[in-house]
Amino acid sequence: MFDYLFFIALPYIAVTLIVVVSIYRYVTNKFSYSSLSSQFLESDELFYGSVPWHIGIIGALTGHVIGFLFPQQVLWFNGVPLRLYILETTGLLFGLLALVGIVALIWRRITTPRVRAVTSAVDSVVLLLLLVQVGLGVYMALFYRWGSSWFAASAVPYLRSLFLFQPDMTTIQPMPHIIKTHIITAFLLVAIFPFSRLVHMVSIPFSYLWRPYQVVIWNWNRRKIRGQYPAIKPLPSKESVEMPSDTTIRPASISR
Amino acid sequence: MDVRLQISMVFHLDKCIGCHTCSIACKNVWTDRKGAEYMWWNNVETKPGTGYPTKWEDQSKYKGGWEQKNGGDPELKMGNRSSRLLNIFHNPALPRMDDYYEPFTYKYEDLFDSPEGADQPSARPISMVTGKFMDIEAGPNWDDDLGGSPVYAENDPNFKDLTPQEQQELFDVERLVFFYLPRICNHCLNPACVAACPSGAIYKRGEDGVVLINQEVCRGWRMCVSACPYKKTYYNWSTGKSEKCILCFPRLETGQAPACFHSCVGRIRYLGGILYDAERLVDALKVDDDKLVEAHRDLILDPRDPIVREKAKQNGIDERTLEAVERSPVYRYVKEWKLALPLHPEFRTLPMLFYVPPLLPVMAKTEDGVYDAANEELFSPIDKARLPIKYLASLFSAGNTAQVSYALKKQYAVRLYKRLETVGDVDAAVVKQALDECQMDEAEAEAVYRLTSLPTMDDRVVIPPMHREEAMAMLDDDMWEQKGSAGFGFREAPVRGA
Repeated sequence: MFDYLFFIALPYIAVTLIVVVSIYRYVTNKFSYSSLSSQFLESDELFYGSVPWHIGIIGALTGHVIGFLFPQQVLWFNGVPLRLYILETTGLLFGLLALVGIVALIWRRITTPRVRAVTSAVDSVVLLLLLVQVGLGVYMALFYRWGSSWFAASAVPYLRSLFLFQPDMTTIQPMPHIIKTHIITAFLLVAIFPFSRLVHMVSIPFSYLWRPYQVVIWNWNRRKIRGQYPAIKPLPSKESVEMPSDTTIRPASISR
Repeated sequence: MDVRLQISMVFHLDKCIGCHTCSIACKNVWTDRKGAEYMWWNNVETKPGTGYPTKWEDQSKYKGGWEQKNGGDPELKMGNRSSRLLNIFHNPALPRMDDYYEPFTYKYEDLFDSPEGADQPSARPISMVTGKFMDIEAGPNWDDDLGGSPVYAENDPNFKDLTPQEQQELFDVERLVFFYLPRICNHCLNPACVAACPSGAIYKRGEDGVVLINQEVCRGWRMCVSACPYKKTYYNWSTGKSEKCILCFPRLETGQAPACFHSCVGRIRYLGGILYDAERLVDALKVDDDKLVEAHRDLILDPRDPIVREKAKQNGIDERTLEAVERSPVYRYVKEWKLALPLHPEFRTLPMLFYVPPLLPVMAKTEDGVYDAANEELFSPIDKARLPIKYLASLFSAGNTAQVSYALKKQYAVRLYKRLETVGDVDAAVVKQALDECQMDEAEAEAVYRLTSLPTMDDRVVIPPMHREEAMAMLDDDMWEQKGSAGFGFREAPVRGA
């Protein structure tokens, strides 16, 4: 029963939330999309938290995505032990970086009064979930070895079945509780994503690399005006303004 | 030729009395909010001094503005584009709150609610960030009027060109000298904040050159804060968005002077449109430091030139706008009279706020401990100035002393000319010589005098008509449809996201 709740219901709820709420929030409240950086309030400790955290988590997440998209290739790569060790060590290093980072960030948030003043309840939940998630990940990398290989036979079929709307959790049901918790926390993070500052992830400004440095916005169309001046359409004179049939009040004359 | 309009400004420092009315007007209208308490879109600092935020001019620390290397295109001092993305998790050049100050209030209720006791109750300061008791260590204008004090003035980055002896002399009590420097956003032609914004949230309005931050696009990457060499973009620590001076555009669009201009007690602020050639912008940035002021001036076009007018109209600039530009006080001070100079042109952002360098502290001197503003020569010559010209040149002309002394000599000549006319105790030959020295005729001297000393509000602030309604007509839109639906502002409260 619990398995159904956590491994079938929760994933679909989480994905529905992340899609629907993110879009709704973006459309109705763009102002709330921000990284909510607190570097202005505290900068030195942030360096030792934010930089390792972001590098670590980007590396670790990329590893998970590659493992999901190309399970056969990863298995083939791991066929040579040395390559397996290199891959696993890299993954572990990213995980450790993220762990160091998240611990530093949580410590900073608790001990710096100025940063605590801008911490919301959602922030605390997110930080806690991330700490649990990264901690479990590192634990698994150490004590449930060669995850890059068994991922292909357990998590990948399960995740794929979810995507195909034929949920099948037989491959993950026999897994240890630690690994099951890691999966559940992942979906919880997906679910809380649109309600938290995590939304800053969807605004990575890659387009900055190719846009022109200066941005100028015109309130008129310059191309239209160039070459066909005068293009200013005369305003309708008082006489030619058609009086509306409804009761809308309009000015008696238009001053130019 | 790509002729564009820019709303431009002149601050006449000789008239600034340092009353901070401008700052208060701005604060009350725009930044009296949570997260913005520490922001002073308009601030007045004492020079020599370290300013706000502390030592903002020191770009070895803050990495603001542009850098010109080997004749190539200027690059941001913060580094190239990719370095901006690589530093996005931690911006090494970001000023911290302590570089400004921690905003505070006082626990006033203690004055009323304290139980009766032997001592008077006092209102202790509390932080507006944490709400806890705090010790005030800095505040806005912390070094106000302390121009001569070694504690603050000594750290002024503009002292770099002065000899240690010249610096030391400025700190002698008898030689103490200072003036005020009011600052707002310069609404630059080559804004570094716009160029540094990864989200593309900051933009320059094509029709009038006002630089704005779109609050809905800003994602709080805070690169603009370090990129602006004048430190005139601010990070709102509560909403997680950057904010800056908007030149009171809702007031401009309704024909009113911006709040700081409107409230200026000394009437030092002039505002008007200028036309410039956007195609030549980059060339003006590539010149050596000492030619920057000239190159800056060359960008500004004569609104009476028929070719310029024709090109302006092709860009959609209305005839009535051109009429307003012809009357622009900024054009006269900057281009015709060469009296107003840009602040730190070496940052290469092409600031559109110009300053008339102050004559008064330069001219007066002390002899045998007696302050003497009018010695036997009425005004002491500029080269005997108490405040070294080199200091002013470091501020207003990237070290080119000729530009500053010309502006000072011209003001000096106007004074002599008026003195002869009204009091008559100056030798006419001396006046003639002073006028000739800056190639100025009597008519020009009179014009400078009138616009400096007797300007009305309409002389000081010449706002071109903004013609938003015509912009719509040009787009072939139905104006009636736009009526009541187009506007500005938030449709929801600007509250911090979760």
